[in-house]
Amino acid sequence: MPPNLFHSPRLDRAIDALMPLIAVLLALLVGGLMIVLMNANPITAYRGLWDGAFGSKNAVADTLVKATPLLLVGIGICISFRGGVVNIGGEGQMIAGGLVAVAIGLGYKDADPTLVIIACLVGSFVAGAVWGGIAGVLKAYFNVNEILSTIMLNQIATFGMMYLVRSEFIDPRQKGAAAPIPETERLPRQFDLPRIGGALDDLYRWLGLSGEGGTQWGTTLLHNGIIIALVLAVLVYVLLWRTTVGYRIRAVGKNPRASRYAGIPVRRYMVLSLVLSGGLAGLAGGIQLLGVRHRMNAEGGAIAFTGNAGFNGIVAALFGGLHPLGTIPASILFGALLVGGNKLQRTVQVPSALITALIGLVIVFVVGSDIFVRRRSRRRVTVSVAEATEAAEVRASP
Amino acid sequence: MKKLSLLIVVLLVVAIAVPSLSAARAQEKIRVAVVMPSTKSDLAFSQSIVDALLAIQEERGEDAFEFVYSENMFVVEDAATALRDYASQGYDLVIAHGSQYGSSLADIAPDFPDTAFAWGTTVDTFRDQGITNVYAYEARSEQGAFVQGVMAAMLTKSKVIGIIGPIETGDAKLYVDGFKAGVLWQDPEIEVLVNYIQSFSDLALAAAAADAMLAENADILTGTAQMVPGAVNKAKEAGALWFGTQANQTSLAPEIVVSSQVYDWTVALNPIIEDVLAGEIEGEAYSLTLENEGLRIEFNEDFELAEEVKATAEEVIQAIIDGTISFEIDEEGVLTVVEAEAEAE
Amino acid sequence: MIGDLITASVLASGIRLATPYLYAALGETFGQRSGVLNLGVEGVMLMGAFTSLWAVHEFTPAGATGYDAGALAMGVLVAILVGLIMGLATAVINVTLQAEQGISGIGIYLFGLGMSDLLFQKVFGGNVVTVNGFPKVYLPVLSDIPVLGEIFFRQNLLVYFAFALVPVTWFVLNKTTLGLKIRAVGQNPEAADAMGISVARVRYFTVTLGGVLASLAGASLSISLVNVFQQNMTAGQGFIAVALVYFGSWRARGVMFGALLFSLVNALQLQVRTKGIDVPDEYAAMAPYVLTIIALVFASQRIDQPAALTKPFERGE
Repeated sequence: MPPNLFHSPRLDRAIDALMPLIAVLLALLVGGLMIVLMNANPITAYRGLWDGAFGSKNAVADTLVKATPLLLVGIGICISFRGGVVNIGGEGQMIAGGLVAVAIGLGYKDADPTLVIIACLVGSFVAGAVWGGIAGVLKAYFNVNEILSTIMLNQIATFGMMYLVRSEFIDPRQKGAAAPIPETERLPRQFDLPRIGGALDDLYRWLGLSGEGGTQWGTTLLHNGIIIALVLAVLVYVLLWRTTVGYRIRAVGKNPRASRYAGIPVRRYMVLSLVLSGGLAGLAGGIQLLGVRHRMNAEGGAIAFTGNAGFNGIVAALFGGLHPLGTIPASILFGALLVGGNKLQRTVQVPSALITALIGLVIVFVVGSDIFVRRRSRRRVTVSVAEATEAAEVRASP
Repeated sequence: MKKLSLLIVVLLVVAIAVPSLSAARAQEKIRVAVVMPSTKSDLAFSQSIVDALLAIQEERGEDAFEFVYSENMFVVEDAATALRDYASQGYDLVIAHGSQYGSSLADIAPDFPDTAFAWGTTVDTFRDQGITNVYAYEARSEQGAFVQGVMAAMLTKSKVIGIIGPIETGDAKLYVDGFKAGVLWQDPEIEVLVNYIQSFSDLALAAAAADAMLAENADILTGTAQMVPGAVNKAKEAGALWFGTQANQTSLAPEIVVSSQVYDWTVALNPIIEDVLAGEIEGEAYSLTLENEGLRIEFNEDFELAEEVKATAEEVIQAIIDGTISFEIDEEGVLTVVEAEAEAE
Repeated sequence: MIGDLITASVLASGIRLATPYLYAALGETFGQRSGVLNLGVEGVMLMGAFTSLWAVHEFTPAGATGYDAGALAMGVLVAILVGLIMGLATAVINVTLQAEQGISGIGIYLFGLGMSDLLFQKVFGGNVVTVNGFPKVYLPVLSDIPVLGEIFFRQNLLVYFAFALVPVTWFVLNKTTLGLKIRAVGQNPEAADAMGISVARVRYFTVTLGGVLASLAGASLSISLVNVFQQNMTAGQGFIAVALVYFGSWRARGVMFGALLFSLVNALQLQVRTKGIDVPDEYAAMAPYVLTIIALVFASQRIDQPAALTKPFERGE
């Protein structure tokens, strides 16, 4: 075997990184066939996908806005999965967060906007933490499996939201309407999360990159939720790998029995994992409310508000290798796929069902391709071990 | 040779004529986009608007009227992106077909002052926010519901009638309340069972709700929203009668459907489109009523309906059109029937 | 008052509602017992629901007014076939490709959700099609027992079959060599492998069986419970079914109790509102979800999940 010709580490890493991309392309190829079967042009369709996700400043902003709750839920999932608990309750936790945020915002309409925004975000975190914590306590102290309880708690939160929004929280303007819309009042505009497009334009100008006429980020809908999410992603990374608490969470996840012998209060750490991941999902709800929706609406159930981020965030986290920093690009790519998929539908007018199926295919292909990456890395380990042994033998021989 | 030259001549004529033709038409062509929550084939809310757009396209011709859609937009922020995108692509009329899209539309419409928007189902055109390019449309579905309720009251033998709804708001509440009012107006002795099952999609739950009503001896059922086919089949098994709404539901069970209240959104859309063509976007609110035939009671021709019942139904329809029967909804959302004094002879 | 609420017809309705959960959850039990979590149940249910309805529609002779036994048999057969294909695909992804089971399931769910609707639109143009589904079968003698007869023995074949599967599942898992292998593979795949059991083959079997049963769960909706198909008609039932496996601690009987509890409470809360008792609809609708959790708080046994659940297995060299 010609030595070192085929395993330069850099080439290896490049191939590893390309693997999910190849999987996505394969999935899109199969999806292309489906598009042809629906009598549409796949090339036009995929141009639409690209345009919708990255084709313009507005598109990029939409993608980032979509990625924000995915990232927040996703980094929460990193904590809970690392801690050995499976939190499928992101949907319910987001709703809990959104409800509390809207209640605070409407309760203090005349207060200082900055204070109210902070109170809303903290409140939404706490609400999500409580909702997740219920599942945590049930698991740790009552032996109720968290997959079961979080699935059930999602529905309970949804029904609770539907009741409140239809009755106690309803917009007074809807009272007495022939067909009242089940929604709360819109939060005052001063509570909208600040848009950051203008600041981006300034940054470009300062860097001398904006060219004539400026960069025009200012007109996009990009709000500062993405910044909060990015900062938190780094903090979660620090928490998990640089603090004792994080170490213990991971230890409990890896081996609860050994952790118990090592003196870690295992139950308390199980609850903590769900509290933190629930809190982050709740915060995703709060940010979604202040940054995008500005009111709660009961029509369309949970998904109308969450956009399924409670589930999709799990996918983003797992694609990111359950690593908070890996979850960042995974969330952006998944957000791009969701935003682009809708644009694809608009461009070639295929049924939306095709997009749903296509996203399913992409997930399955990417997750199925992972084995090749793992196999390759294992082979590398074997090869280097063999080389090391060989070298040692050479040295040992006189 | 001859054939070839003929072909060239034909091609030339076509090549010259087509661009000029299409250019002439392009000016008149109106482009409409609609964004809706469920799929275009839900046999209910979303389908009703697509059917109306298809009817308009049929009437005006594909060259003069083009429409595109985004379906399954349950996620409101996705719907908002779609609305903005259609507006920026220069569609003449962008329809937000879902009451949950309102606040997004209020943000988007001012950015595109030359585009006409329509929002349903509501009466709110955001005039109070200084927005003038948003039309509103709604269906006064309590009117047809009342008529069907009156019929149901005449047809029931067990004196028990069941109504299944999704959630207690909006159009569904209007229909349920109207139906109930019609039943009780005709015969206050009848027991009316109402169940909002809290789901738009769970057919099995709708079926179970129907089971519960049938077990209480209900012999007539009705319901609104896209999960009702589950209940229709239960009614069919039990030999109970069914009244439909939103779309003509006769095809679900021709044996038992008495009539359906059908929404015809063209009544609202046509004047909006005329405004757009005339370049005078005024942002008005339109209601479908029995009077303007936006609401129609379509009888199932295969169902042998007693003459007396049909005659009464037609009388009631006329009374609602004349305004001798009307409906008021108070702060608490309670619907009351108002009967005007018969005019002095 | 309570007697007014809990009537024979409410209980019978609860049993019907439990049927799809039973099929799907028993199928999932096989998979999880062998160490494979499949969150894609809902997607397979939808595929089974559509395809079985299509088959019944297709094979019912024109002009038939009642049900057609042959067409119904075809419906079940097609559902089994589609479940087989979806189950095999799931097995390829989860067993051979050793995918992360949490994500692959969501992928399969989305694929099924989209594909079933796409086929529906392509085949029927999206028009609602109704069929004559499985008729009620009054079991001789048994159906005449007062009260109990109405509750249990006036259901249709797919309902009976679902409940018959409960003892069968118990028997297969606990009294056969195959069951022993399944449990071994789920508990300690390395040891099982050392004993000469093919971990992959056992998991292929259980996951495919899970697909077939999930598909039948869909059929039990579309050609037995409601006799019609609509996009997303399962409305989350597949996820509830997965939760019920945890409720039942991976035991067939426990899964059945969970399915019955959830569905009976659901039938009961509908009855409460039909009776006009003044509770907010949303709170009533919450009841099955809340009570399932509470029941588990009191009834939970300390049974650990299969040790190898969600962990792919690769043979060491």
